[in-house]
Amino acid sequence: MSTAAVRPSVAPVPRMLLAQTRAQLLNYLRIPAFTLTSLLLPIMFFTFFGLPQAHNRLPNGQSVGPYLLASFAAYCVSSVMVYNFGIGVATRRGMKQDLLERATPLPPAVSLAANVLVAILFALGCTLALFAFAIVVGGVRVSPGTGLSIVARALLGSVPLIALGMAIGYSSGPNAAPAIANLIYLPMSFASGLFIPVQFLPSLFQKIAPVLPTYHYAQLTWDALGQASESLGTAALALAGWTVVLLVVAVRVYQLDQRRKFS
Amino acid sequence: MEPAVELIDAHKRYGPVEALHGVNVTIGPGELVAMLGPNGAGKTTAISLMLGLRRPTAGTARLFGMDPTERRARSRCGVMLQESGVLQQLRVSELVDLYRSYYPAPMPAERALALAGLEEVASRPSSRLSGGQRQRLYYALAVCGDPDVLFLDEPTVGMDVEGRRAFLEGIREFASAGKTIVLTTHYLEEADQLAERVVVVDRGVVIADAALEAIKSQVAGRRIRFRAPDLTPETFAGLPVRGLELGEGRARMLSNEPEEVLRALFGRGVEIRELEVAGADLEEAFLSLTSHHDSDLEEPVA
Repeated sequence: MSTAAVRPSVAPVPRMLLAQTRAQLLNYLRIPAFTLTSLLLPIMFFTFFGLPQAHNRLPNGQSVGPYLLASFAAYCVSSVMVYNFGIGVATRRGMKQDLLERATPLPPAVSLAANVLVAILFALGCTLALFAFAIVVGGVRVSPGTGLSIVARALLGSVPLIALGMAIGYSSGPNAAPAIANLIYLPMSFASGLFIPVQFLPSLFQKIAPVLPTYHYAQLTWDALGQASESLGTAALALAGWTVVLLVVAVRVYQLDQRRKFS
Repeated sequence: MEPAVELIDAHKRYGPVEALHGVNVTIGPGELVAMLGPNGAGKTTAISLMLGLRRPTAGTARLFGMDPTERRARSRCGVMLQESGVLQQLRVSELVDLYRSYYPAPMPAERALALAGLEEVASRPSSRLSGGQRQRLYYALAVCGDPDVLFLDEPTVGMDVEGRRAFLEGIREFASAGKTIVLTTHYLEEADQLAERVVVVDRGVVIADAALEAIKSQVAGRRIRFRAPDLTPETFAGLPVRGLELGEGRARMLSNEPEEVLRALFGRGVEIRELEVAGADLEEAFLSLTSHHDSDLEEPVA
């Protein structure tokens, strides 16, 4: 009886969160195919699409290098969010990791928070690698302040992309999820001007771009350079709208999945 | 004392299928209970309700007097599910540490590894474990929080005979510290090794709930089959048989005293041919319980 009185009734949340984050991070880091793809793909795309243009100048005399770097930073962070959540969630469901976890005292919110932390750490790693490559190999020049601002904006604006990832992860199996994520996300980022600036895209894409969440998302990073094509307010409003829509979808498919297994 | 686990008139419906209809089970602290039943009887559903993994369609499930989904209740139980998975790239010891972090007063990781007999593979990634090792990993994850109640849903699936015995031995050791164990199985031997009380579930209802010895004496252990002309149910009047089936000169029944049955039948002048006496499997034994309810079996153990 005395032990029952002395011992705490639940484990402290910070300890759970730390252990859960560490475990998930380790698990990802030990899958080189996943880690290297996240790390190298943005650099590869930057090499293909960004580097050849990086030293051109805009009509106002500014170098396009920082603009392209901001675009690829947006690609970097958003792709980590869509893929980590899309493929990560689908894989965990496919392996039935969610079933056992659900039977433990780990609150689902802590598990989700750990997912977000891991995704942020991944995104930071990828952008850091991209910046280092662009600055050292590409000769792009950005001030540390601007660089930090780009990364912070890319992280803060990524909530709708997390929701998109979750919507994919909770609605598709582990085999289909990567294909579905690619099918939705790659054309979307292309059409939003993340690889090639919107004004150089075919006019069809220029018309589609303003409808897409990634277009407004990238505006946040371009705005850090004063090179956005819409106001920060407009971009934030559009993103907020997309956040609501994608969250509704994500929560809906999440609930369907949970109801099937746990009701 | 407050019961550890309670199902009160619990019903569970999955779409058109009613998996449980009105199950009442109360398990006190320190009890070692086996839930026995054929596949599809509703054992897993009953455990899911006890754990709060699923919600009863009607009725109540309680863990330590609380809603089973409450974190305080969950923090006092460990679980082995039939269907589960863990992060594939983590090592056994890392997973045990992860699961220990979920509990308020976990046991040392070494003890969990020792209880599960995993010391030698502690640094192996979970993706590279054999089927039996994987089950033992799930066992380590279930006990590492030093829970008061341990739920084990068919824990020995995929283990060989030797592994199964060692495994059940380990559970006994853990249970000796006054833990409550709820085990589902369709092996009577498993219940025999571990449990003191047996709850027999069939087609969504509890058909027997009694001390292990009482159940063992009631479950018909042998199957008798033979051919003989002119058989009628009266031929078997007063004999200790269950589940009697007659037809086209064949007879089929279950009994715990096959010798006595046969002696009586010879005495009654039945011309027995093609006699077969064999151990009944549990499914048959349960069927005999279902078709002939024994009122003395329905009494709960004190």
